[in-house]
Amino acid sequence: MDIVEIARWQFGITTVYHFMMVPLTLGLGLVVALFNVLWVRTGRHEYLRLTKFWGKLFLINFIMGVATGLVQEFQFGMAWSEYSRFVGDVFGAPLAMEGLLAFFVESTFLGLWIFGWGRLKPKIHAACLMAAVVASWFSAYFIIVANSWMQHPVGYEIVDGRPVLNDIWAVLTNNTAMVAFPHAIFGSVAVAGSFLLGIAWYKLWKRRVRGIDTVDAQGRVVVGSLETGAEDRADHGIWLRSLRLGCLLGVIGFAGTAFTGHAQAQLMYEQQPLKMAAAEAACHDGTAFSVLTISSPGSRDCDDVNALIELPGLLSFLANENFHTDVPGITTLEPQYEEMYGTNLADDDLYGDRAGSEISYVPLMEVTYWGFRVMIGFGGLAAVACVFAWWITRRGTVPEAKWLMRLAVFGILAPFGANIAGWVFTEMGRQPFVVAPNPDLPLDQRVYMFTEAAVSPNASPWELIFSLASLCLIYLVLMVVEVYLIAKYVRSGVVAAMPELVEEEHDDDDDDSRRDVLSFAY
Amino acid sequence: MFEQFMDQPVLPTVWFCVVGFFWIGYVILDGFDLGVGMLMGRIFSRDEKERRLLLNTIGPVWDGNEVWLVTAGAATFAAFPMWYAALFSALYLPLTLLLLALILRAVSIEYRGKGSGQRWSSRWNALMVGSSTAIAFLIGAALALTTTGLPLNTNGDRVGGPFAWVTWPAVLGGVAMVGFCLVHALAFVALKTDGQVRHRARTLLVRLLPVALLPAAAWVLILQFRGGTPLSWAFTALAVLGGVLAWVAAVSGREGRAFAGLAVFIGAGMLAIFLALYPAVLPSTLAGGLDLEIATASSSAYTLRVMTVVGAIGVPVLLIYQSWTYWVFRKRLSTAHIPEAHSVTELATRPSVR
Repeated sequence: MDIVEIARWQFGITTVYHFMMVPLTLGLGLVVALFNVLWVRTGRHEYLRLTKFWGKLFLINFIMGVATGLVQEFQFGMAWSEYSRFVGDVFGAPLAMEGLLAFFVESTFLGLWIFGWGRLKPKIHAACLMAAVVASWFSAYFIIVANSWMQHPVGYEIVDGRPVLNDIWAVLTNNTAMVAFPHAIFGSVAVAGSFLLGIAWYKLWKRRVRGIDTVDAQGRVVVGSLETGAEDRADHGIWLRSLRLGCLLGVIGFAGTAFTGHAQAQLMYEQQPLKMAAAEAACHDGTAFSVLTISSPGSRDCDDVNALIELPGLLSFLANENFHTDVPGITTLEPQYEEMYGTNLADDDLYGDRAGSEISYVPLMEVTYWGFRVMIGFGGLAAVACVFAWWITRRGTVPEAKWLMRLAVFGILAPFGANIAGWVFTEMGRQPFVVAPNPDLPLDQRVYMFTEAAVSPNASPWELIFSLASLCLIYLVLMVVEVYLIAKYVRSGVVAAMPELVEEEHDDDDDDSRRDVLSFAY
Repeated sequence: MFEQFMDQPVLPTVWFCVVGFFWIGYVILDGFDLGVGMLMGRIFSRDEKERRLLLNTIGPVWDGNEVWLVTAGAATFAAFPMWYAALFSALYLPLTLLLLALILRAVSIEYRGKGSGQRWSSRWNALMVGSSTAIAFLIGAALALTTTGLPLNTNGDRVGGPFAWVTWPAVLGGVAMVGFCLVHALAFVALKTDGQVRHRARTLLVRLLPVALLPAAAWVLILQFRGGTPLSWAFTALAVLGGVLAWVAAVSGREGRAFAGLAVFIGAGMLAIFLALYPAVLPSTLAGGLDLEIATASSSAYTLRVMTVVGAIGVPVLLIYQSWTYWVFRKRLSTAHIPEAHSVTELATRPSVR
């Protein structure tokens, strides 16, 4: 097996996996911080419950994000040492800033928040969480700055064939990053929205089927109460509030991703026109947006592509905000790329036994085409679900139908799917480049690197296969564990995060020693 | 005493110091925290409550400590891309193992108390002990290898296959780090806990300290005899002094001083190592291979200036808020402070508080 292929699979798998934890951390962190602030400001008990319950799930997920994030940073040097050498002068800076200015704040203040219950003043305690959440957003910003430089390199000059940083501000305000960052944040808000919606729906449904809550003749909820497990009247309010907030976040997230996504499409049309064309499987110049296009599997050949359903003018609108300017297709673009960047890889040691082989400038069209549509489709589905959930719970609870509950719970996966598809699309669409050339610059000032040249020359296939296999295995096991733990805490409800809501079984401790017990401990 | 710096470029030297600062900070801070993970094994801790006590001494700070590693790595990448690329790709297998251990450790800290039943917690506990030991060993091995050299060709790529890193300096560095982490953790536990655990940690510290520091001392001395300068020898002496003071303090039961003495030992020791290495950062053990030095491995002056501004703002602030964390959680803990472990499924069946 080709070493570049294994290294790419590994980078893809570990990054996509990491980016399942990240949007939930970014989005749910905002939710927990919001509840915490509301609790501090109003002193209302339900906000404390909301903070503690969602905070617990936040932490179960957060740790996985931390653990899998380490792999990203090490991998550049381990498997992509030529890439690191080539871009290190520019690319290392945002990564180091992320560690120093964001990740440190995030980890330290989150530790303070977790263990600070009862030890810090409530306002300072809530401020610690806010600091951690804001830092996690900054962290995302720096990483996206680094990624955007690979999509659209700016702020450098070429010295001895390598890009050397000469304008950090240009890198930090790269227009690609300026739209990709809010896009990722809104995507994360959508993830948090569906997460709240699915779980709160399940809890409200459970209260109904257990007969705690009932509905009257008009369909309005009659809230009940249980003697055990803190499933009292307030509990109903917790879940309804969570559900409503989830719907709101879901809609905001979708609207935000749509607007920022549109801005991204316009930039992509200028910066990476072939990615745009491949997203559309658009072989020829035109204005129509494809709704359904088919081709033979694995094909990069335009003769095999058949557009079945198209919406006239829409593609032109996405790219140009009018309905009549032709968007260039692959058959126009590919010869231009070949002319600018060559038809074959150079006869260079960098490429190993891949030297001299032919370059295909067209990304894998099935992946880009479907990645683009899965992203939009799942994102839209989640938003529709949010609107529907808001409407159907207008009388204060969810229907008793089990299939609807299942739909709400599995619906949690939709915005995750959209996030993953979006990243796969944008990264696979950048191929065959690892650093794509910036067409705004004169040809001789454009820096670019083929993925084929980026891999570590000394890495052996067996090393890579070992790391790929062991990471996949551990990731798989940990995914099962995380989902198991989240499910377990959800089933037990708020009381799982607040044992103080139920009575102790043994009450034989004397008061003195109990006063010293930590309010939180591992 | 400072002539060794005279012929070298300024900014790369500054960043050599910054990267060294992060590695030393990482070893001092995460050192005891990894050691506490090792102590959670059956040999030291008697029951589940003691293990939880140990875990909670590092609970609020371990994640912040680990970021020192992340930042050390990222700072190496930003300031010395050639060093980062050569070292990380040469150590592909050990770093893969390190990553697996880091993942398992983080997860076992967070998840060990969240399951139900003894099997769950004892399995995660075993992972915690194993991964903490493995991390310490691999970090020590990696640092020892960058200071003693790897077989690199003219491009800075490792030759000799995936296991070329398995050498006696790697083993020495690994053992040195495990030994240091253990005694530093014992001093930390003696300082942070009360009751039987504190007593046991003190006794064991006195017994283990002289032996456990020997491999680290050997590593420092090897570097001194290879390339020591007056300044690096001065730090070597300081390290020895720190170790001796730590032992004296441990014998006389002064826990804080023992902990500080050990921090001085490893901090000064690593400084001595880096200074003896300077201006090299990763020598090649092959004749004609690429010896990576600060001037050839570093980023451009502009990048280093930008990073210097970022560091000048970030590092002092970081030191303030991390110190504050240690201040907030300064209280000694004993098993009496550890709340009962709850089974969350069982909680849901208990009567609610009115």
